[in-house]
Amino acid sequence: MKPFAYQAPGDAATAVRSVAADPAAVFLGGGTNLVDHLKLGVAAPDLIVDVTAATSNEITDDGAGGLRIGAAVPNSELAADRRVRDRYPVVAQALLSGASGQLRNMATTGGNPLQRTRCVYFQDVTTPCNKRKSGSGCSAIGGYTRYHAILGASEQCIATHPSDLAVALAALDAEVRVLGAAGERGIPFVDLHRLPGEHPELDTVLEHGELILSIDLPPLPMAARSAYRKVRDRASYAFALVSVAAAVDVADGIVRDARIAFGGVAHKPWRATKAEESLRGAPASDDSYRAAAQTELAGAQAQDGIDGGNAFKILLLTRTLVATLRDLAHEET
Amino acid sequence: MTALHSRAIGRDLLRRDGRLKVTGTAPYAYEGPLGKPAYCHLIQATIARGRVTGMDTTSAQAIDGVITVLTADNAERLASTEDNELAVLQSDEVAFRGQIIGAVIAETSEVARHAAGTVQVTYAQEPHDVELSVDRADLYKPYKINPAYPTDTADGDVAAAMASAPVTLENTYTTAMYHNNPMEPHTTTALWDGSLTMWDSTQGVHSARSVIARVFGFDHEQVRVVCPYVGGGFGSKGTPHAHVVVAVMAARATPGRAVKLALTRQQMFFLTGYRTPTIQKMQLAADRDGHLAAIALDVVEQTSRIKEFAEQTGMPTRSMYAAPNRRTTHRLAALDVPVPTWMRAPGECPGMFGPEVALDELAEQLGLDPIELRIRNEPSVDPDSGRPWSSRNLIACLREGAERFGWAERDPAPGVRRQGDWLVGTGVAASVYPTYRMAVSTATLRYERSRYVVEIGAADLGTGTWTTLPQIAADALGVDVDDVDARIGDTDYPIASVAGGSSGMSTWGSAIVEAARAFRDKFGTDPADGDEAEGSVSPPTGKYAMHAFGAQFVEARVHADTGEIRVPRLLGVFAAGRIINPRTARSQFIGGMTMGLSMALHEQSVLDPRFGHVVNHDFADYHISVCADVGDVQAHWIDEYDPHVNAMGSKGIGEIGIVGTAAAVVNAVHHATGVRVRDLPVTLDKVLAQLTPN
Repeated sequence: MKPFAYQAPGDAATAVRSVAADPAAVFLGGGTNLVDHLKLGVAAPDLIVDVTAATSNEITDDGAGGLRIGAAVPNSELAADRRVRDRYPVVAQALLSGASGQLRNMATTGGNPLQRTRCVYFQDVTTPCNKRKSGSGCSAIGGYTRYHAILGASEQCIATHPSDLAVALAALDAEVRVLGAAGERGIPFVDLHRLPGEHPELDTVLEHGELILSIDLPPLPMAARSAYRKVRDRASYAFALVSVAAAVDVADGIVRDARIAFGGVAHKPWRATKAEESLRGAPASDDSYRAAAQTELAGAQAQDGIDGGNAFKILLLTRTLVATLRDLAHEET
Repeated sequence: MTALHSRAIGRDLLRRDGRLKVTGTAPYAYEGPLGKPAYCHLIQATIARGRVTGMDTTSAQAIDGVITVLTADNAERLASTEDNELAVLQSDEVAFRGQIIGAVIAETSEVARHAAGTVQVTYAQEPHDVELSVDRADLYKPYKINPAYPTDTADGDVAAAMASAPVTLENTYTTAMYHNNPMEPHTTTALWDGSLTMWDSTQGVHSARSVIARVFGFDHEQVRVVCPYVGGGFGSKGTPHAHVVVAVMAARATPGRAVKLALTRQQMFFLTGYRTPTIQKMQLAADRDGHLAAIALDVVEQTSRIKEFAEQTGMPTRSMYAAPNRRTTHRLAALDVPVPTWMRAPGECPGMFGPEVALDELAEQLGLDPIELRIRNEPSVDPDSGRPWSSRNLIACLREGAERFGWAERDPAPGVRRQGDWLVGTGVAASVYPTYRMAVSTATLRYERSRYVVEIGAADLGTGTWTTLPQIAADALGVDVDDVDARIGDTDYPIASVAGGSSGMSTWGSAIVEAARAFRDKFGTDPADGDEAEGSVSPPTGKYAMHAFGAQFVEARVHADTGEIRVPRLLGVFAAGRIINPRTARSQFIGGMTMGLSMALHEQSVLDPRFGHVVNHDFADYHISVCADVGDVQAHWIDEYDPHVNAMGSKGIGEIGIVGTAAAVVNAVHHATGVRVRDLPVTLDKVLAQLTPN
């Protein structure tokens, strides 16, 4: 671990000024990912600015049925909040399906979506990785690809985004409030993360020094019947092979509306707009759900690799979406 | 031998070290009581084969707090480089990725680690070869298999039986590469002040001393090894690995000041051993009633290019079932990979996967219950050696397990039971583990301030030694167990064998019984303070084939949509002689079974052939079963007393729990789904495509 300076300012503006002024500075939330990176040599900042006291740790009602979640709210508190559990069960379920109790107590709302890929080659400084070092090459292609992308990958990077919370937020049309050197702005959550393209070193559209202040959940009555289904290699404490965040509005056997996002399959939480569109007005049946999955996954591309590659994830995601929608629709009736 | 009258033996006594451990006050090797130690961090090769052509340590030396950097250029020359794994920093050759090529000694562990990362290394890289397969041209026949068994065995004519039998089976089964991963990482604290004191996390202080003394050319009297507590070993702490040699070199580079070295979890995937992957070609021939005409297992596995370790995977096939025609073979590929070693139940654990799944497949072919198939092939003597069994109660285990598990109601048809979204099935497999007694161990018994004190350099890996040795001593002396103390884990106490091969209780206990008898012979029942006697183990007579047996039953559930696999029930019944302490024994059995479950469903070291190393080298990626994966795990045992094994009538139980579990899981998954998986681990992608969703 390279020695670094540490600051813990009490306000967001100071934090932003410090980081914006130093290209080798980073924000620290709960530290559940960054501290690993410091030890592994994946991150070697000169300055760490702890923002847990600089941003809000409160969840506030917006008066219209939505919620504003302060960036410093721990994942465990967010998952336990009665309003979240009632209005957006998909958020609570996503959080509780990730990490462990101890980690959720540390991890923050602002930090969770900014955690970095767990690609084994990204985390190992002895193997080339375009995300860690631009232009060095992608070791994952042709390597151990079980946890890698089937959607939206590039020739530079096939990593997946590991957050469960982010998948739920992408499905719910959340908005991120950020503060930067140029002031405050809002970013639709689905636009926060990038696809890798030619620049896999960039996970998000945030400028250096931009700090997440809050995440806003808009009013969405149908989200009261929502769910997060995570399929993984063991029953707990594992990243998703595939996951589905979904909310459906079903009446008289017809899907009136749907919100769907996928996790574990792309460089960003994958909002499944084609699947949503295919479902609107369709009968609430396995055939419709399967057709929706197939529409969304028409462009899916499996990765070869050692240990059999990841082609199974296309079928697995199809089956998982069908099962999730079936259970939700059944709940509705 | 005369049997002990058991009063303390068999009692459910609390662990004597329990309070220290749960309060965090039991000192482990990294916590040696020292003033101001220095810290050591290793530098590892990033190529899998070639030579180091240069190491620029200038930046590292310049970092505040760095004491020195050891490399092959300045490290001391070792007295013995016979063991290539331990000949560390003796040449520029790189034989596997992750091999130790240097070490930084610094004032803090953080500075040492940071400085290690700044050392610039250049290499002359050569092409490496790390891929195991059955069709390699360079597979070779090792001279022996671990520890000293014949490499191949053959009786009768398997090929002829396969050609003529009405029912035959020939399949290939594979087990993955596994890493031992004890909870406590490998750590060593070493202090050199003309003689060496080493606090080392080890399964045997005396064997660690002997290895280090040989490598450095020390007299045994110059070396003291201390290790009262071990946070698990599972074989990887059975003998010192290269990092221990570096810790001693570091201590000698800073005389009078102790040096602490702890491996990171990632480093353990390169440096502390692992279980070889195995490829098992299995052949069975039988008549229509299920009597085996032939059983054969041809094993292909790997070792490292610099040191041979030949896992004895074929061993259980040699003794498990009766069949007139038999064959086992072992062939190795010597690769540019780290050195494999013992991992819980070496040989038996992987070696009871292929055969026990094959028997399940044969039972299905025959339309015969898999328990009945095993009963029909029960051998009256050991088919391998021809010796009588000291005791063999496999059938009793199968029957009692069947009764407890509810096997009688089982419908044998695969893939037909459904509860909600889950397909449900059950499976069974047998377990076996040899009953070893090591040749060397001595105990001292002393009467000290009105208490009896046993001293022996034994180890407690979390297994219960602190508690069970006094139980044996109490019965051997005929006194209350509360009047007996044990002192272990230090070479200042008499020599004890390594805690391996499930031989600890059998070996150390036998020495204690001898010491107690000598003590009573010399001093009677009214000893004076300071009276002391010694006793040693005697080697087994070799008249009997000695093994523990067991049967494991599994309920598996497979999600019809996603293929997710859950195991809500594991039930094992064991015949392992007299149980010294049911509390610590149960813990050993269910621990082994849980590790077997983990092997079945999760564990797999993924070796990337392009780089030559295991890429999933941490606990986020190398999956071990977590609490949520483990349901109802029950271990039972039958009342077995074996007069031939040792004075206690006990058999080792540290390893048998992991043997057969994975096969039982695979058999249950097949019963649930109709899908037969022959390659571990059983992950959802291996069943998914063959499932019919809702």
